[in-house]
Amino acid sequence: MPNPRWTSIYLRLGALALALVFIIIILLASGAQPFEALGYIISGSIGSIGKIADVLGAWIPLVLVSTGLLITFSAGLWNIGIEGQIMLGAIFTTGTIRLLQDSPVPPPLVIVLAVLAGMLGGALWAALAGALKTFGGVNEIFGGLGLNFVATAISLWLIFGPWKRPGVASMSGTEPFDAAFRLATFPGFRLSPWALGLGILAVVVVYFLLRGTYFGLRLKAVGKNPKASYLLGIPTWQYMMLAFVLCGALGGLAGAMQVTGVYHRLIPSISSGYGYMGLMIGMLVNFHPFWAAPVALFFAALNIGSIQLPIVLKLDSALAGVLQGVLVLFVLLAEGVRQKYFNRKAASS
Amino acid sequence: MSTDILLFGLAGVLVNAAPIIFAVMGETISERAGVINLSMNGTILLSAMAGFVVSVETNSLVFGFLAGAIVGALVAAVVAFSSITLKVSQVAVGFVLAITCRDLSYFLGNPYMGDVGPRLGLAPIPFLSELPIVGTLLFRHDIMTYLSFILIFLAWGYIFRTHPGLMLQGIGERPAAAFVRGANVNRLRYIYVIIGGALIGLAGPMYSLSVKAGWKGTISGLDGIGWIALAITIFGGWNPLRAAFGAYLFAVLQWLGLALQPVLPGIPSQVLQVAPFPLMILTLLLVNIGDTEWVARMLASLPDSSRHIVERILRALRAKPPASLGVPFESD
Repeated sequence: MPNPRWTSIYLRLGALALALVFIIIILLASGAQPFEALGYIISGSIGSIGKIADVLGAWIPLVLVSTGLLITFSAGLWNIGIEGQIMLGAIFTTGTIRLLQDSPVPPPLVIVLAVLAGMLGGALWAALAGALKTFGGVNEIFGGLGLNFVATAISLWLIFGPWKRPGVASMSGTEPFDAAFRLATFPGFRLSPWALGLGILAVVVVYFLLRGTYFGLRLKAVGKNPKASYLLGIPTWQYMMLAFVLCGALGGLAGAMQVTGVYHRLIPSISSGYGYMGLMIGMLVNFHPFWAAPVALFFAALNIGSIQLPIVLKLDSALAGVLQGVLVLFVLLAEGVRQKYFNRKAASS
Repeated sequence: MSTDILLFGLAGVLVNAAPIIFAVMGETISERAGVINLSMNGTILLSAMAGFVVSVETNSLVFGFLAGAIVGALVAAVVAFSSITLKVSQVAVGFVLAITCRDLSYFLGNPYMGDVGPRLGLAPIPFLSELPIVGTLLFRHDIMTYLSFILIFLAWGYIFRTHPGLMLQGIGERPAAAFVRGANVNRLRYIYVIIGGALIGLAGPMYSLSVKAGWKGTISGLDGIGWIALAITIFGGWNPLRAAFGAYLFAVLQWLGLALQPVLPGIPSQVLQVAPFPLMILTLLLVNIGDTEWVARMLASLPDSSRHIVERILRALRAKPPASLGVPFESD
């Protein structure tokens, strides 16, 4: 009788191997040397201290949205609207700094207020998706998708309209803030210790929220069986709304970090697809909070490592997304194979 | 003069809606069989890229469209295998495929970016295209646009007026009952998901070889269309006629967005292009709100006369999904 734990590990390793084979085939099909390309991804992500700092920089927004999405996943919700929540966070943060940058308020306080405003913005946008689901019967996937497009429109309107740069408005975004309104970075790097600390804090808080509190337990009950939870006296829709709001706040925080720590302005693609990547990470770790942080680090490394592919090998950097997606797909399929062929005992008992 | 602009505008709407019609009909058939193919956004991009590359390499439009259909069928086969055979969550697999196929299209299509490829030409229908008004509106298009008109009625007739179509409804509504009546539920689901996928796959080359000819990677302007088509499928209530109405409504809104641009110079074009999305949310809201508890409670408190009117409106808007949509079928 094979040990079910080892079966699961073997299947995951098999999925990883299949994903790698698939990528090698894709690279061969596009006329590239597969190992050269993969080598460049590795050297481009951990080849130097600066690269590692960049990977950590990409890890921050990614881990913020991933941990946020673990909350909604626990409640059985597909918060695809996370992209829009990141954008609204960035918009609220930018708006607050623009409002207060010429006021007597000390700059550090402005940054704190702006980050809080960003969390509020993300939470409000998530609450909208939640309200559409709870009170309007609109599936959160479609409500969220629609709201993502609306959020994009709002940020474009601001960049080309009321917040346009003196002179000519462009896709490069709004006017950058003065240095006083930027998060401090490690000297010589683009990485901010404040943002890094918030990312780590989010992991710890969400881990204990989901694993160690009564709230987390009830949230999971709502996710597994909303009807039964309702009958047992759990206020179902309030819990769902709360999950949306908490996830949105973390998404908004990610947007706030991108504005204050990375771009120092609002740009059209401020969410950089991190929200969708966070959803994939949630699926890959099978909604287990402990693994979200390392997997997010791996995804961040792939993203940063593939940046130089277009320059050195004339390959599109979308390769990182293909690698991530194929990996998630094969892991999902491996899980399906395990359930179908190796889970007889559990099914019959 | 202004009637000419209106006429050409509406004719353009029919052309622009044609790929969406194909995608929505494919999704409707797949969902009628009980399987959500959430990969649509990625499928359309990947098949657009594949169709363009193949027709550039072979200099043949036919092979281009064929490639698109095959790509769509293959992606749908992955959805079918994972959800029907392995019973993995359809939403999870579909979403991953939507993202992965999109990135794959950008990666593989990179060397062909900006290339000039063949383009589907107009095929005016003799005599009919000479008719005033109707000729310009309906009979001066390319062949895929004509096929989109036919597909609407074909899909509707098949689902609601034929015996196999009745079975298709059955495997999505009550698969156990269909099974008792002798249907091989899972095999039929495989077939319909793959046929639906091929139709979705045809939408891709319709863009890259006709409506938005060429392949321009991330700026092709195709990212997002699959999600819209998914929303239109729901708006359409899994009925081809209503879904077609949704697709044309969307195309009209997009056209109005462009046409109104000179009138509203303060609003950047990107904003007007997303104008249909709030409307999409609103329609989904109208379609679904009749089923929520608090509306039912509120209706009960209204006086009879006004309650009947509101109920009738909500019922007309409402759309009920196939009862077993997203639920795997087990024969024992």
